[in-house]
Amino acid sequence: MQKRDLISITDFDKEEYLRIMELAKGFEEKPNQDLLKGKVVATLFYEPSTRTRLSFETAINRLGGKIIGFSDSSSSSVTKGETLHDTIRMVSNYADLIVMRHPLEGSARYASEVSKVPVINAGDGANQHPTQTLLDMYSIIKTQGRLDDINIFMVGDLKYGRTVHSLLMALSEFDNPIFNFVAPPELAMPDEYKRFLTSKGIRFFEHREFTSIISEADIIYMTRVQKERFNDPIEYEKVKNVYILRNKMLNNTKPTMKILHPLPRVNEINADVDENPKAYYFTQAENGVYTRQAIISHLMGLI
Amino acid sequence: MDKALQVSAIKDGTVIDHIPADRLFDVINILGLYNSNDMITFGTNLDSKHLGKKGIIKVANRFFQGQEIDKIALIAPHAKLNIIKNYEVIEKRVVEIPDEIISIVKCFNPKCITNNEPVKTRFLVVNQDPIELKCHFCEKITHEKEVVIT
Repeated sequence: MQKRDLISITDFDKEEYLRIMELAKGFEEKPNQDLLKGKVVATLFYEPSTRTRLSFETAINRLGGKIIGFSDSSSSSVTKGETLHDTIRMVSNYADLIVMRHPLEGSARYASEVSKVPVINAGDGANQHPTQTLLDMYSIIKTQGRLDDINIFMVGDLKYGRTVHSLLMALSEFDNPIFNFVAPPELAMPDEYKRFLTSKGIRFFEHREFTSIISEADIIYMTRVQKERFNDPIEYEKVKNVYILRNKMLNNTKPTMKILHPLPRVNEINADVDENPKAYYFTQAENGVYTRQAIISHLMGLI
Repeated sequence: MDKALQVSAIKDGTVIDHIPADRLFDVINILGLYNSNDMITFGTNLDSKHLGKKGIIKVANRFFQGQEIDKIALIAPHAKLNIIKNYEVIEKRVVEIPDEIISIVKCFNPKCITNNEPVKTRFLVVNQDPIELKCHFCEKITHEKEVVIT
C-alpha cells in the first residue's frame, strides 16, 4: 500500500473530508482506543506551538501510541546545522508516523517526499495547516449539522491567514457556500482565492467592517491580526483594533450561529463574548483532539 | 526570405527571434553566451509587428535543446528559433513552456524551503501568458516579472 500523507487540505477530497468527520465523531464518543498500540510517532516541532503539539500528543496518547520528538528546534540537531533532509531520513527509520511543524513554507511537502513513513503537516510557515482546517470543519458540521449551504463570515487577517484560505478551499467542495469577507484593504482576501471562487460560481461578498448583515451568518470565523506578519509596525497599530467582536453585536444573529477562532486570540474577541453560548472557540480546540485521532487512524489505515 | 537573415547570415547555428527588447540581455545571460567562443551577433529595439520593439540573437554553431529552450520560453515566451544549416533555415521552432518546470527557476518566496535548503525547485505552470508558476513545495505563485533563472 502506498503511504498517505496530509500536507495540504487539497490532498483530501470531499469523500475523505466526510470520512474524517465520521471518524472524529466516533472518537468523541469513545476517545480511548488502542489503535496505535506498539507504534511510535515522532512530533518534530521546529517552532513552538503549544496548542497544536499538545493536541497531537493527546490524540496519540489516547490512541495508545508512544511519542518521540522535540518541541522547539533549539533542542534538536538543527542547531548543529543538520539539514531537514537528514533529520527526516533518520527519524523515518525510527518512527511509524511523523507530525511536523516547521517555519519554512513547503518544508512539509519536502519532508513527505524524503520520508518512508506518513507525514502530517502541523503547519509550514504561512502555507498550510490542514489539521486545523479539518477540526474547523468538524466544528461546523457538529454545530450546524451540515457542511452544505453554510454562510460564513471570515474576519480579520484574510491576507496572511492560512486557516481562512484552507477553510475556503475545503468548504468550496460542498454545495452553495456563501463567503463574507470582513477585512481592511491591507489584509483583504488575495485575488487568487477570489478568482478561484468566481471560477467555481461561488458567491462571496467583501466588507470593510462588521455590518447588520452578520444576522445571516451561520459561522463567524475570527482571526488574529498577527503582528509578526507586518514589516511596518505602524501598519499593524493602524489595523489591530478595527475588527473586534463584542457581545452586543451578536443580538440579532441566528440562535444556531457559532463563533470560531483558531486561537490564540489577542483582543479581537472581547472577553464579554466568552459566556455567550454562541462562543465556540474553546470547544473548537477540544474538537482538535478527536479530529487528529481521526486523521492519524485514517492515514495509517488503522480503522 | 527572412529579413533578419539578410543582415548577416550564419552558416550553421540558431537565430533567436522575437525576444522582448528589454529581455535581450537576460536571454544572453541565461544561455551563458557571454562565455562562448562562437560568433554571436545581436540587435535590439528592432521594429516588431507583435512586440513593438524586439531583440534578436544569432549564434553560430549552437543548437539549443531541452532545458535551454525551456529557459528561453520563460523569459521570451513568444521567441522563435530558426535553425540554420549551410545558410538555410531548416527548421522554425516556436518555444513552448512545459507543464512542469524543474530546477531552472528560483522560487520568489524567500521563506520557501527551496531557498533555504538544498532542494531542487519544481513548479507547475498554472498560466502560460502571462507566466504563472506554482511552487510544488510552498504553493506560492511566481509571476512572469518575478521569474529568476538559476
